Amino acid sequence: MRADLLTDVVDGLDEALAAVDGFDEALVDGLLRPQPAQAVGLAGLADAVAGSPLAGRVAEAAEKTAAGAAGEDHFVALAAARTALLGSVHDALLVRVEEAVGRPRAEAGGDTAAAGGAEHAVNLHVAARSWLCDLARAGWRGIDHELVSGAAAVVSAMLPEPGLRRLATLLDGFAAELAASCPGATLEHVPVRRWADLWSRAMLLTLPGAGSAPAVADVTGRLLPLGVDVQEHATAVQAQVHAVFEPADGGASRLVRASVSAPKPDSVVGAGLWQLLRPHLSLLAAVSEGRAMELDAMPVTAEGDLLWDDARARTGEPAEVFTTARVALPSAAASPTAPLDRHPARIAVPVLLEGYGVEEGEDGPAFLVAGERLAVDVDRVPAAGPLTPEVVAGSGACVGLLRWDAGAFVLQPLAVERTVRKKAVAVHAGAWAGGTSDKAGVRAEKAATDTVTVLRERAGRLLRK
Amino acid sequence: MGDGALSVWERSSTARVVPSARPRKLAKVPFVELADGRLQGVVSSGSDIGRVYVSSVEAGTYAFACSTNNNRPCGGARGSFCNHIRALIGEAVLQYGAERVVRYLKVDVPGEEADAHTVTGAMVSTRPAQGDSSAAAQVFSRFLRHLAYLEFEPTTAPLPEMQWFPTTRAVA
Ligand SMILES: [Zn+2]
Repeated sequence: MRADLLTDVVDGLDEALAAVDGFDEALVDGLLRPQPAQAVGLAGLADAVAGSPLAGRVAEAAEKTAAGAAGEDHFVALAAARTALLGSVHDALLVRVEEAVGRPRAEAGGDTAAAGGAEHAVNLHVAARSWLCDLARAGWRGIDHELVSGAAAVVSAMLPEPGLRRLATLLDGFAAELAASCPGATLEHVPVRRWADLWSRAMLLTLPGAGSAPAVADVTGRLLPLGVDVQEHATAVQAQVHAVFEPADGGASRLVRASVSAPKPDSVVGAGLWQLLRPHLSLLAAVSEGRAMELDAMPVTAEGDLLWDDARARTGEPAEVFTTARVALPSAAASPTAPLDRHPARIAVPVLLEGYGVEEGEDGPAFLVAGERLAVDVDRVPAAGPLTPEVVAGSGACVGLLRWDAGAFVLQPLAVERTVRKKAVAVHAGAWAGGTSDKAGVRAEKAATDTVTVLRERAGRLLRK
Repeated sequence: MGDGALSVWERSSTARVVPSARPRKLAKVPFVELADGRLQGVVSSGSDIGRVYVSSVEAGTYAFACSTNNNRPCGGARGSFCNHIRALIGEAVLQYGAERVVRYLKVDVPGEEADAHTVTGAMVSTRPAQGDSSAAAQVFSRFLRHLAYLEFEPTTAPLPEMQWFPTTRAVA
């Protein structure tokens, strides 16, 4: 990997992010009665997209908003402008990553046709958008319990609908954060970019078809797992398996992901997350057993997301992650990112690093790769697993996801190799995904089972069926 | 505004705002939350398997309330915290950590080490008033909503939005 490219300046990045920051800071104090400094931020956003097809609508939106006269469509236009800017940041960063890792990118697949939404969904989208607009008017400094609790009814109505899961899960996590931060007036620090990210993303997901990512093909062949990435907020969890897919017809291999997610009570944590997800993605067991899987006509989206169906997969031969990373990863092509998903937070590129030095910093370990310092985000390694910061620090090879946040690239470890008595031993972040016989793991599984047992017993007795 | 560049945390898309709950045993107190300006939750009755107590303590004033899910007042919560409320505080400290509970309820704990015992003592010593139990119905319905999260079908369609919510080893 050309690590030097990861620390080089990216042309235009600072300017684009400055325009984003200007808008984000305007959201802090709210857009009900904008002050001159906020008007400057709004105008800056409009200027940044002046050369794009959005120019006219965003200029009008910035002007109306600065005058305190914004309607919902104006807020949508501002969210779109911000998303487009971060989309360009994403593209520039991804080009840099591709140069650094030297892997091909697949051609764009079929069109991602937008699916029509049901009438019911339309009403819920309208309700969500109205809440988001109220938030924008109040600003992060203006949030209180009454305003924030307005999301609960919308989320409750959306969660049972699988087609609305994306927006429901986002709003649920976002509202929980806002609730924990109330009242906004006394907040010491505001997560300025984060909340503007969540707000603009939710705004765009209220538009018809925005959250749709249909399958564009069925694929048959061998799936070689690289590792598991876990994401969670208080009431949702998702596990994503990153893998190399080798088509049975001998075509070019590609990078894919398989996902499984579920809403959850906030007291289900740690090993309880694996227990919740395990029955719906047989791949998690294959990951724990160190095996490949054979896919038969598995649907895949244009972005390279497998829409997993256990009936179309069976467990295959043993497949060692570091062998996959050394042999199959270098020629596996990545899929293009869907338009709405073009955001730096979405960047998660599988890489293999070897022969690095380890430096212990205040913010955790960092790898020294060809003289460049690459921060390692050990905090992203799931707690219910054998991969600890100490194991990462003692490693000699690492399969991870290259990510970018707050102005710098970071590495999220998925697995490391270390030498024990002259033999290479691999430790995987997702080792317990399919179950474990590890002593600490068994204890964690037992505690998690007890939690769900109590909740189910209480639900059976108290929930009106 | 406009007073200089944003900090790294302020410029982070994936900054952790709310730490994960710590694992705890749920048998006695199946539900606890810091919400609506209160510490509130549901405590299982020790004697009747079909009965639960809905208990709460208000931030700042520590006004307390405890009643059954059938809206009968708790006999123990006259004059001061009953055992249900004490159990609730204990489990909140386990789930969220003492620091977050202290901050949310605005408790002044003398000395430096806050734990369930000192937090409870600090609130009791201010002789808080008994609050009305009007919030009980709302707390109970939030508990039922919480239980309903076990019933939703998992999905294998990707949720790209979860990229903003990385798991974290750090807990409350
Ligand atoms: Zn009581």
